[in-house]
Amino acid sequence: MSSFTLQHLPALEARAPTEEGIVQRLDPRMRLVASFGFALFVVSLPNIAGLMLALSLALVTGWAARLPLLITARRVLLVDAFLIFLLLMLPFTTPLAGPSDHMLTLWGQPASWSGLWHALRIVLTSNAVVLMMLALVGTLPAQGLVQALAALHMPSHLVQILALSLRYIDIIREEYARLRTAMKMRAFQLRRSWHSYRCLGYLLAMLLVRSLERSERVLAAMRCRGYDGRFPVNQPGRLSRLDWSFAAGLTATCGLIALLAFEPDLRWLAEVH
Amino acid sequence: MHIVDGALSMPVVAASSVLAVGGMALGLRALNVDRVPAAAMLSAAFFVASLVHVPVGPTSVHLIMSGPAGLILGWAAFPALFVGLLLQTLFFGFGGLTVLGVNTLNIALPAVMVGVLARPFLMSGNLRRTAIVGGLASAGAITSTALLVALDLWLSSQAFWAAAQVILVSHISIMVIEGAIGAALVSFLRQVKPELLMAPLRATADRKTRV
Repeated sequence: MSSFTLQHLPALEARAPTEEGIVQRLDPRMRLVASFGFALFVVSLPNIAGLMLALSLALVTGWAARLPLLITARRVLLVDAFLIFLLLMLPFTTPLAGPSDHMLTLWGQPASWSGLWHALRIVLTSNAVVLMMLALVGTLPAQGLVQALAALHMPSHLVQILALSLRYIDIIREEYARLRTAMKMRAFQLRRSWHSYRCLGYLLAMLLVRSLERSERVLAAMRCRGYDGRFPVNQPGRLSRLDWSFAAGLTATCGLIALLAFEPDLRWLAEVH
Repeated sequence: MHIVDGALSMPVVAASSVLAVGGMALGLRALNVDRVPAAAMLSAAFFVASLVHVPVGPTSVHLIMSGPAGLILGWAAFPALFVGLLLQTLFFGFGGLTVLGVNTLNIALPAVMVGVLARPFLMSGNLRRTAIVGGLASAGAITSTALLVALDLWLSSQAFWAAAQVILVSHISIMVIEGAIGAALVSFLRQVKPELLMAPLRATADRKTRV
């Protein structure tokens, strides 16, 4: 594969941190497994206190990965924007657990504390997972992702689809931009109109046609080079001592968080559910 | 549309993930070696389509185009749309990691279903009918996706019912837009590249002699 990385995607152009943190020296497999394991761990945490600690751990990892502050913040806030109405509605749609659960009444609608805590738990969970993922996996080069997934036994055809689409997304996006430019030259403006939607439909259809034709040329070229369905992906080497220390550190920290979150004697920390 | 981590209950996540893995297995089995590059390229094209933002009212929405994906790719829509979702999740942070299976199922299953239902009616009759069928398929895929999202939320917690209703209502405009764009897309393909609509990827490969 070429040295293409996802940083070439338009929306991601500034994604790559200029300086490399310690996270970038970790094996891609370790980064994938760790971020997935962390996600499973976070969704099983029972209370706000545990989730806050998990979010802090994700923040520290993000710092260690030298994530660009502004871009990361924008991305996380974008995810939160999806959640805002959920956050606003949950207190009103969660039935009151008792008189003490009553938070306030708005337009005759009672709001419950338990609903608010529920909403907060969802926001903390999703933010912690997203941050950890951006820190560990979002900083991977495309090749690293493909290699890691292949080494982790993702089915070969799926790895090939992933590898080839990573390679061609950028090229197809350029194709799209060319077609858009051609339309712009003919005074097309994307508006809220049936005409706009029809033109966009034709544009996307043309994009699909060109993509299919490109895939035929690519297949022919691959055949010339002996493609028989197998797609050689470099085997990654052994995990280094750094990888294992990272795994041990992450597991230990998560264990500590779990201890705080689940330990009954420490419930005062987690009174809010 | 993007369900995040931590919102759904474990049984819903587990059941959806199992079904999504099943769908992917079917999709991968339907792909023979010759069609892998085509599936990858179309997957990339649908990913690019999902980066297109269309103005609606005071805001804009991004396209999904799952209906056309189902019409063109058949069961291969599962792996193709999964790859798109995986990239959106891993690199943009949209959607959640543990709910990747849920999101894949919610988008790819309606795509495959409308593909199966609508494909027989695409090539017969006049162009107008093709456009109508394509539009209904595109709008239907989005509608089913919104219904599945609402169902997931409702199964997870009764408190989500109101949120589920908001999701359904807010998707009406997206259904209309995807329907309009899908209608144009499909009628264009029928005139320019009918092979894309005739059968899911497999058929083209059968026609070609193996190299």
